[in-house]
Amino acid sequence: MRKAFASAIIQLAKNPNNFFLSGDLGFMALEDVRSAFGNRFLNAGVSEQNMIGVASGLAKEGFTVYAYSIAPFIYARPYEQIRNDLCMPGLPVCLVGNGGGYAYGHMGPTHHALEDCAAMLALGVQVVVPAFDEDLPAVVTNVNSPVYLRLGYDAKPQGFTVSEFAPWRKILTGAKGNLVALGPLAGVAAQALIDLACEARPNIWAVSKFSDNMVPVSFLHDVLDKNLYVIEEHRAAGGLGMTLASQLFQKNVFPKRYFHRFAIGYPTGTYGSQAFHRKQCGLDSESIKNLVLNNS
Amino acid sequence: MKYSKLVIFKKILDCKKRLIQLHHHSNSGHIGSNLSCLDALVVLHHSVMLDNDRFILSKGHSAGALYITLWSLGRITDDQLDSFSKDDSFFPGHPSGTGIPGLLFPTGSLGHGPSISAGLALASKTQNLDRKIYCLCSDGEWQEGSCWEALIFSVHNKLSNLTILIDQNGLQGFGTTEEVISCSDLTARISSFGVPVLKCNGHDPGQIYDALASPNEDLPKIIILQTCKGNGTLFENKLESHYLPFSSENYNFSLSNLEPVL
Repeated sequence: MRKAFASAIIQLAKNPNNFFLSGDLGFMALEDVRSAFGNRFLNAGVSEQNMIGVASGLAKEGFTVYAYSIAPFIYARPYEQIRNDLCMPGLPVCLVGNGGGYAYGHMGPTHHALEDCAAMLALGVQVVVPAFDEDLPAVVTNVNSPVYLRLGYDAKPQGFTVSEFAPWRKILTGAKGNLVALGPLAGVAAQALIDLACEARPNIWAVSKFSDNMVPVSFLHDVLDKNLYVIEEHRAAGGLGMTLASQLFQKNVFPKRYFHRFAIGYPTGTYGSQAFHRKQCGLDSESIKNLVLNNS
Repeated sequence: MKYSKLVIFKKILDCKKRLIQLHHHSNSGHIGSNLSCLDALVVLHHSVMLDNDRFILSKGHSAGALYITLWSLGRITDDQLDSFSKDDSFFPGHPSGTGIPGLLFPTGSLGHGPSISAGLALASKTQNLDRKIYCLCSDGEWQEGSCWEALIFSVHNKLSNLTILIDQNGLQGFGTTEEVISCSDLTARISSFGVPVLKCNGHDPGQIYDALASPNEDLPKIIILQTCKGNGTLFENKLESHYLPFSSENYNFSLSNLEPVL
């Protein structure tokens, strides 16, 4: 989604109140962004704590700031700066984390982001996880408070028509319960299930924003007494599954059965591509299909 | 800029008296680090800063000194000040960044102010505003790596509208800065990053003013204030001044010790 992000953000460059900071990332991706923003693009170097502090100062003076790095370097390294300097004053800064989940694959575990959404939600940061490249123009605008934008790889099936962005979207209709996918995993789920007959598959919901009060009424109507599958490339603790389950409990809405597939870390102590790690977690296309077929 | 020796001395005396009373009545600690920087805060706010300038108290544990300074400017009332360290107050022991005009950020965790100030300075430069940014750090705070990140950034980006003051009182949480993690010679170390460093007696208003008033040229400016923690109290230059509230004896001594030094 880096290129889709770059295209979307360039459209915002003409607004003199927008500022772009990079933590020394952007080779073959942000060159045009740099040109478009001119003196409002700054490479802050390899100093993420400082970059977030600088972002807070800029935002306090009226700028909307986009601060970009590899995901763990934007949410984990400067965590206290995000908490104190951005969240306490509630400043309009979009933390752009490239490579959510295992997206940096072979680069190894330091470059993976498995607990990012929980860490940001705990601070009150709005978490945005676009599912498709087409979502980017919608998600980079209206930054009025701290936002964490988690970028991954668009995995939609070829020829798949993406509906207009919404925090929760039903992207595929089915009759066998509901599958809720965080961000790009919606595309993986669509790959897995699109060839099944409507009667044999669940609805697929792409979730791109989650918070303390996120579940749309239309989903609540669908979920009662049916199977519910939640898939996320994120740790279970504080992730989409736990957050959703808590809200369903509070609303006294109970699915028939609840299935949760999530990032389990590195169970064999070995490392590989994003596809390798997804397979280990049951988050690959084949595993998702089997999960649904074996429990229908 | 306006500097009147007599006016500033009187302001400093008034502020010290009020600060000592405030900390005594609220039974609060951190009096030592408040007294070490109060002279500089008064000179800065009364004689140097213009209306649109910005100040960041990176050493948030000197909140009392900042509140007192804002009180001396008429921006905080006596009643507000008396809520210091009490329930339902906008005046906690470290600034919250809310409820007080001109106090922009919550500070108290050390090492945040220089980066925030660099951002404010960068914003003003980008907006072509003639605004100056002042940031006050402690000396122990420069054990935080983020301070050095901010220094590198500010020098590289030639943030000439930024001035960082360092209250070098030589004491930190559990020992002297020299014995805990020495940054000696702090002046030489900071200078080696390519930025001018001025040193002055942090309890001499004239020296403080001269350092602040000297031009920044095209780089940020660092001013090291050589100070005495808890100066004028019975726990002057002692670690106790970092934590303990005043005893009655110390309170009475500290008040009686307030005399103009002209």
